[in-house]
Amino acid sequence: MAMNNRIPSGELAQKWSTYKSTCKLVNPANKRSIDIIVVGTGLAGASAAATLAELGYSVKTFCFQDSGRRAHSIAAQGGINAAKNYQNDGDSVYRLFYDTIKGGDYRAREGNVHRLAEVSTNIIDQCVAQGVPFAREYGGLLSNRSFGGTQVQRTFYAAGQTGQQLLLGAYSALERQIALGNVTQYSRHEMLDVVTVDGKARGIIAKNLVTGELERHFGHAVLLCTGGYGNVFYLSTNAMGSNVTAAWKAHKKGAFFGNPCFTQIHPTCIPVSGDHQSKLTLMSESLRNDGRIWVPKKQGDTRKPNEIPEEERDYYLERRYPAFGNLVPRDVASRAAKERCDAGYGVGASKMAVYLDYADAIQRYGKIEVGKQGLDNVSKEKIIELGKAVVKEKYGNLLDMYSKITGENPYEVPMRIYPAVHYTMGGLWVDYELMTTVPGLYALGEANFSDHGANRLGASALMQGLADGYFVIPYTIGNYLADEIAVKPIPTDSPEFLAAEKATADRINTLMNIKGTKSVESFHKRLGKIMWDKCGMARNAEGLKEAITEIQALKNEFWSDVKIPGDVNSFNPELDKAGRVADFIELGELMCKDALDRNESCGGHFREESQTEEGEALRDDENYKYVAAWEFKGESNWQLNKEELIYENIKIAARSYK
Amino acid sequence: MEHYNMNLNLKVWRQKNKNDKGSLVDYKVSGISSEMSFLEMIDVLNEKLVADGKDEPIAFDHDCREGICGMCSMYINGRPHGPWAGTTTCQLHMRAFKDGDTIVIEPWRAKAFPVIRDLVVDRSAFDRIIQAGGYISVNTGNAVDANAIPIPKDDADKAFAAAACIGCGACVAACKNASAMLFVSAKVSQLALLPQGKPEAQKRVLDMVAQMDKEGFGSCTNTGACEAECPKEISLENIARLNREFTTASIMSEE
Repeated sequence: MAMNNRIPSGELAQKWSTYKSTCKLVNPANKRSIDIIVVGTGLAGASAAATLAELGYSVKTFCFQDSGRRAHSIAAQGGINAAKNYQNDGDSVYRLFYDTIKGGDYRAREGNVHRLAEVSTNIIDQCVAQGVPFAREYGGLLSNRSFGGTQVQRTFYAAGQTGQQLLLGAYSALERQIALGNVTQYSRHEMLDVVTVDGKARGIIAKNLVTGELERHFGHAVLLCTGGYGNVFYLSTNAMGSNVTAAWKAHKKGAFFGNPCFTQIHPTCIPVSGDHQSKLTLMSESLRNDGRIWVPKKQGDTRKPNEIPEEERDYYLERRYPAFGNLVPRDVASRAAKERCDAGYGVGASKMAVYLDYADAIQRYGKIEVGKQGLDNVSKEKIIELGKAVVKEKYGNLLDMYSKITGENPYEVPMRIYPAVHYTMGGLWVDYELMTTVPGLYALGEANFSDHGANRLGASALMQGLADGYFVIPYTIGNYLADEIAVKPIPTDSPEFLAAEKATADRINTLMNIKGTKSVESFHKRLGKIMWDKCGMARNAEGLKEAITEIQALKNEFWSDVKIPGDVNSFNPELDKAGRVADFIELGELMCKDALDRNESCGGHFREESQTEEGEALRDDENYKYVAAWEFKGESNWQLNKEELIYENIKIAARSYK
Repeated sequence: MEHYNMNLNLKVWRQKNKNDKGSLVDYKVSGISSEMSFLEMIDVLNEKLVADGKDEPIAFDHDCREGICGMCSMYINGRPHGPWAGTTTCQLHMRAFKDGDTIVIEPWRAKAFPVIRDLVVDRSAFDRIIQAGGYISVNTGNAVDANAIPIPKDDADKAFAAAACIGCGACVAACKNASAMLFVSAKVSQLALLPQGKPEAQKRVLDMVAQMDKEGFGSCTNTGACEAECPKEISLENIARLNREFTTASIMSEE
């Protein structure tokens, strides 16, 4: 199949405005008779559904949680980027564009990323208008902070709960449209297939998770806003329910999967505490604004952190990357932590952790407070007390969370952190209009592959989810639907719908009838271990080949020995999880295949065969400057399609943060 | 902190569906680490139930396991979200318990939150209350520049503190009247404190309170149980603010 990314021609800065002025429109009367299905109610889904309903389309939304407000966007902590330049520190749309392309290690499209940077400013305006309580300065204006991979302050935030506040804003807009009758919401529903008619997406098969019933829903277009697939690793910072099923079903119906191996491993997470671990918890990147990361200079040092004198500490990020220090991008910080731990400098009981230390920040803020409050003859203790109060105001909820999970007090002892799977840059391949290779089927937010290249910068996921939903899809979908206005709703008892429903029911029955001996959870754990060991922070050809063989064997074992309790026609979370794990197993194989194909290191994808003498990632632009778009051809069989990446405005270079 | 393992006696509410009567069932779990989260302890029990094959695993709501999505909802030893203040069930860790403890685990109890299965309840009433007015009516594209209206930091901070509500329903579960006042007041306060929310403030509070009553939540008698058990420590001041907003709106609407 031929791929056309449909990037508009013309000057980079004019592409989006030209597109908006020339794309086809659907008139208000026709919008009322057009149905749109939105799957997922996170930032991308809720913002898209609300905005499309405001425009007059008839929208149905689906989420597996009990309410649209629970989607995992809610857990994003640190902030959202926007090129407002309120700080007068040299920011601009171009700089945000440039930082994002560079941060992504030159594996994202110029056209998409520039559009993202352009609409970033509208997002902040929209959210404030909705009542999102961003942090403010005493003068009443909005506050900003820094994130990794940038040298300006462009991140807007609401304490450590930015995702929650943005999602509640989008959710409130969605609930308003539900009240107005423009949106019908289906909670505790999971999409289990896309229905295509004459090659176009025309609906979905959804399962009512409470009753177990399958339902058929028609739409003139279908939007997948279903998030990322980090849970393929079993342990990740994703929510327990986050899954790839909707995207995977779309993939099997013809949607290409873009750059599946591009995974973001976040450097600052709370380390694994034992075999019981069910998920990992992120400590926001914003903590790297003030915290310093270090390990002992001596291998296997067993002293308590506070007993290790200053001169015997290795602040390895500041040492290796003096220009960006603790604020290097996530992929760089994660690999540096792994390098120190693998070399025997790790800390804590498992030795698989590094310190994130707030002692200096507490001192520094304490002294600033002394100055602000005009105090004289202040004791050391008083300075620390004042400093702790400032740190508590800035990061209190994050430090409290650390304390609850670990039982340690981060105001007194440095936190122990280690990298964990956090985000997937890969996803369904989409063109400039966010349409997949299946006409009428769109992917928004983390579910698509489009804007972050091989590494996403901090505070850019929220920006992209809301950009796609509020400001991109409302235009681009019209360009498609304008030619669909004559299409009458297709009855859901048409052969295509019935066949898709039957295939879904058959698969569920097959799963239930295996009646094997091993729990779904046990298969998921084993898949995660293969993926983490062989397709995690560092990858090599031999390991990836082994992983593919092991995953294929695991798949056979799953389909012959999984044990699912309960029955089909009731609330059965184990059955739902089984379907998701089955899809993760297939995805895991494709991720390894993609990682094996890409014999270069770029961003979060680190091939051990391709590194500099200093151990930095070594790109191979001559051979791999493309998006890998995988086409499903049958079981364990994919065809690679390449979309060449063209840089007309940015001169691509080795990415350096030194 | 020292790690330790423990054996526990659990009494868990089992109920097949909303029409089933339901009852507490005894389970024993052993080798539970003090490092586990409470839900990881339930995971251990569920894996054991799957392996034994006699009883189906216990159904419970959970998702982010970071204390922010509001999905988890257990009533543990008579307290919503268990013994730790300002903590959701998913963030409660087993070091809160000791070897040999008996733990009673029940679903939220409220007429407006019918049980779906075991520990899972239907909280869609909260969505309907938000639909009644928990928003600012601004279509995408209508916004002015974000810094066009300065908002005093104090107001912004108070609005944020109210907006921290995760909609879990612990306030309802804690209240002897199963009142939803803390939930409703948090949203009313957030929007009433901000200039953007003022134009609709009066209609909002009247409509949201009317919907709350329609859903079958009880009346507020100011016992403060909701504030004491709220995992996000939403303040009772919000209820006072809701009452002021409601009174003003009621008087104004009669004119």
